[in-house]
Amino acid sequence: MSVISELIPPQPAPPELKRRITPARVAAIGVLALWAFLAVLLLLTVVNGWDQAKFLRYGPRYLNGLGVTLSLVGLSIVLGAILSLPIAFARMAQNRLLNALAYGYVYVFRSTPLLAQLFLIYYGLGSFKPQLETVGLWWFFREAWYCGLLSFVLNTAAYQAEILRGAIESVSRGQHEGAAALGLSKRVAFRKIILPQALIVALRPYGNEIVLMIKGSAVVAIVTVYDLMGETRYAFSRTFDYQTYLWAAVFYLAMVEALRHIWAWIERRLTRHLKR
Amino acid sequence: MNISTRFFAAASIAALSLFAGSAMAQEKLVIGTEGAYPPFNTLEANGNLTGFDVDIAKALCEEMKVTCTFVTNDWDGIIPALQSKKFDAIIASMSITPERKEQVTFSKKYYNTPPAIAVPKDSPLKDASPASLKGKTLGAQGSTSHSNYVEKHFADAEAKLYPTADEYKLDIANGRIDGVVDDIVVLTEWVKSDAGKCCKILSPLPIDPEINGEGAGVAVRKGETALADKFTAAIAAIRTNGKYKQIQDKYFDFDVYGDK
Repeated sequence: MSVISELIPPQPAPPELKRRITPARVAAIGVLALWAFLAVLLLLTVVNGWDQAKFLRYGPRYLNGLGVTLSLVGLSIVLGAILSLPIAFARMAQNRLLNALAYGYVYVFRSTPLLAQLFLIYYGLGSFKPQLETVGLWWFFREAWYCGLLSFVLNTAAYQAEILRGAIESVSRGQHEGAAALGLSKRVAFRKIILPQALIVALRPYGNEIVLMIKGSAVVAIVTVYDLMGETRYAFSRTFDYQTYLWAAVFYLAMVEALRHIWAWIERRLTRHLKR
Repeated sequence: MNISTRFFAAASIAALSLFAGSAMAQEKLVIGTEGAYPPFNTLEANGNLTGFDVDIAKALCEEMKVTCTFVTNDWDGIIPALQSKKFDAIIASMSITPERKEQVTFSKKYYNTPPAIAVPKDSPLKDASPASLKGKTLGAQGSTSHSNYVEKHFADAEAKLYPTADEYKLDIANGRIDGVVDDIVVLTEWVKSDAGKCCKILSPLPIDPEINGEGAGVAVRKGETALADKFTAAIAAIRTNGKYKQIQDKYFDFDVYGDK
């Protein structure tokens, strides 16, 4: 047993460390200054280049394009989520054939560029018009918008299936065993115990996937869809003003920023039982 | 353009005008072209640039006694690339239009051919009137006078704009669009080729001076009038000395220069 016999007298605060000028700090300040300079230039171009006529002429078209982008991405994310369910389960299945098929699907769609997939669907399948007409699908493949939607759904389903599979497999075995010990059927255990925990894990990757889709969706402009990028290209082709691309960047930034806030809110809500 | 480059430009223009008439300062020129617009300019599989525009450009350079090198650039970005000095002149069948004149300075035309409309061979279309094209889908290359033509004269048709001519050709061959609008020479060459056997020329379209402008000219950066004038003089020279006719006969069996 120890007894404190003597108190240490109060000590003065430690001397402040001298902030030395190191090459790293100089470089960092230089880089920051460069960024600030570029930001000011950017702001100045926007202010100087402001043109009421252009704004009135192309502004509504931009909003239109924004609508097309949002509907295209929204629909493809939802439809892709539905399609990703069977793929994710096939990936986890014991059946070798099912497993290989799902693996092949994910492998192909994750390792080829979205643009190539879109071109193959739009121009490649488009060259089978007589065959598509016989099976009554030409109305679908005739429209660039549908072709864009299809390629996005197929692409995002591959990514979402992997997100879902990874999240489900990340839930520990103990959860399965505990549910079984309570006498819950596999189905109920999956829906009430495994999936809610998996979705918390999957939330951020899902957010990333949507962000990537929002930006990736710009490729449809190449196949004549007037999405946000399509309208931008149109405005640029008429004005030769590179600010049109600056405005497009602002719109994409706003979409991603809004999504980031929504995701932060959902995460706070879903994980409130984990906070003390 | 910042102040120093502006000053430099002003100074060089002043210097040029001092030397006007004598041998000019410009020895080397970089010419920009698209390389995807046969028979006017094509980048062949072996990397050679060929076509009417390219041969005319070479003849003009020879006439102006300057060495020229060629650069290909996407059509969408060809004017900004000129402005940012990637090259000094565009010789790529660029129509002299009021919209473009705000951005660049043109020489006088070196050819002028009307637009036309091509349709699939089994098309039910009988004529190219706005009424009969109502509700149809028309393709054209984006940022071209032809795309503006479609939007103005066939406002009731749906316009689909493609990055290059190759893509609208694919799409009409696939039967996705009801017609395409482009230069009559380009379309004629294409329907004669194997890739264009799907389609036929429906009819030429009347020239709209507001949209089609005064024909195709050489574009240089805005304000470089001295260079544009040199090109204009060189065009006149090769037309008189027979070089122009020689090049024209190599590609076409009719006069592409149009009215005086």
